[in-house]
Amino acid sequence: MNARARPVGDRAVLLELPDNAAVHVAARRARERYGEQLAEVVPGHATLLLVGRRGRPRVDLDGLEAEATAEATGAPVLLTVHYDGADLQTVAGQLGVSTNAVVSLHTGAVYTVAFMGFAPGFPYLVCERDSPLLGLPRRAGPRPAVPAGSVAVAAGYCGIYPRRLPGGWNLIGRTDAVLFDPAREPPALLAPGARVRFQAGEL
Amino acid sequence: MTRVEVVAPGPLTTIQDLGRPGFAHIGVPRSGAADRPALILANRLVGNHAGAAALETTLTGPRLRFHDRALVALAGAPVRGAVMYDAFQVEAGEELRVGTAVRRLRTYIAFAGGLRVPLTLGSAATDTLTGLGPAPLRAGDVLELGFGGAKYMPEHVFGPSEPGTALRVVPGPRADWFTPAALTLLTSAEFTASHQASRVGVRLDGPALARAREGELRSEGLVPGAIQVPPDGRPILLLSDHPTTGGYPVIAVLHSDDIPLAAQLRPGTRVRFRAVP
Repeated sequence: MNARARPVGDRAVLLELPDNAAVHVAARRARERYGEQLAEVVPGHATLLLVGRRGRPRVDLDGLEAEATAEATGAPVLLTVHYDGADLQTVAGQLGVSTNAVVSLHTGAVYTVAFMGFAPGFPYLVCERDSPLLGLPRRAGPRPAVPAGSVAVAAGYCGIYPRRLPGGWNLIGRTDAVLFDPAREPPALLAPGARVRFQAGEL
Repeated sequence: MTRVEVVAPGPLTTIQDLGRPGFAHIGVPRSGAADRPALILANRLVGNHAGAAALETTLTGPRLRFHDRALVALAGAPVRGAVMYDAFQVEAGEELRVGTAVRRLRTYIAFAGGLRVPLTLGSAATDTLTGLGPAPLRAGDVLELGFGGAKYMPEHVFGPSEPGTALRVVPGPRADWFTPAALTLLTSAEFTASHQASRVGVRLDGPALARAREGELRSEGLVPGAIQVPPDGRPILLLSDHPTTGGYPVIAVLHSDDIPLAAQLRPGTRVRFRAVP
C-alpha cells in the first residue's frame, strides 16, 4: 500500500492513505501486527496515526491494497431516530424538500464511521454515496448546548452527540441509543469502520 | 482508612495518574499528569508505584487537613517554604498548606498508599476536556488514601533539570502547510506562554505563523506536544487533555522528553524552540 508516512514527533507516525476504507483496514492490520509496540491507533480522515509505546513505530503495511477491496464489512448497526430536531424544518427548506423527504434521505443511506473525536463516543459518519443532506454547511453560530442523543448533519458528516455538548451542526433528530458509557465493554457503541443505518422511530 | 480533608482546593487541583491510554480512537484523551516525570518522582518518594493517583496543582496548591498520619512528598513546580523532592510525615490533625509555586506551574502531591479513587477506563485521572474521572477538588472533599507505600525510598533524588535554552521540536507532520518563513520563525523567534493555558493546551504569543495554502485540513489524530496552528497563525501547544482528533495543521511536535517542560510553562514565560530530526 502506498502510504506516505509523516513523522509526528519522536513517538508517532501519520500514515496518509487513499481513503477511509483503507484507513480502517490498515488500523486493524497495525493492531494485529504491531499491537505490542503501539500505544494508540487513531484513524482520521484518510489518515492513520500510530503512536508508539517507546520510539516512533516502524511498520510495514505492504499487501493491504488487495485486502482493502476484498474485505467484507460487517452488518450495519441499526439506530432508531426520532426525527424532531430543532433544525429539521430549516434543513428541509435549504434542500427545497419536505421534512418527510429529509427523513427518507437520512434513513435511505448506509453510513460508515470515518473516525471519532470531539467527545468520547462521537462518530464522524460519512455516507457511502453522495448525500445532499451531509453537504449542508454548519449553522451560522454554534448552540451552547445540544441535547444528548442529537443526530446532526453538516460539512460532509453526520454526527451523534453522546452527551449534552456545544454544537454547530444542523439537528435533525435524536436517538435513545447510549453512544458512550465508560462502565460498558466496549465503552463506545460505535468504532471507526463501523457501518450504521438509521430508522425512523415514533415521535 | 487514612483520610485527608480539603480545606481549600486552590485554583485548580485535580487527581492525576498516568492516564487512560488506548482509547484515542473512540475519542477519549489519554489525560493523566501533565508533567509525568514529576508525578512519578513524587510517587517514588513515598514508595508508591509510578502511576499511583496523586494531586496535581495549578500555580497554587490546596490546604489539606489530615485526619490520620500520612507520608507525603511534593515534586514538580517548587513551592515557597515547602519541602520538595523528599518525603515527610504529616501527623493526624495537622494541616498541610501547599502555597504558590516559585516558578513553573504544576506541583504534584503524592501520599503513601496513593489516593483511593474509582477508576474510569482504568484511570483515576480528571480529564478536564471530557469530564471523565473525578471532579476537580472542592472544599470539604475528603480524600481516602490506600495502603502500602514507603516500601522503597530512593537514596538519592534529583529534582527536575532546569529547561535548556530551547525546547526540541520535530518539524511536521504538516510543516508543508506553512511558508518557509513560518518554519524559520518557529525555531528562531521567542514566544510567550499566554494566559490561555490549561491542561488541554497553551496558546503561544509571538509572531504569527503564516500558512502557504488556503483551505482547511480534514481531521487527523493528535499527540501531546503537537503545535497546531489555527488560521490566525497563533500556535497552540497541546498537553495531556488535548482532543484526540483535530483539523488545524500541526507545524511541529515537541520531543517527548521536553513535554514535561512545556507542561510547566507558566503564563508569561518565554520559550524558544529548536528543530531536531
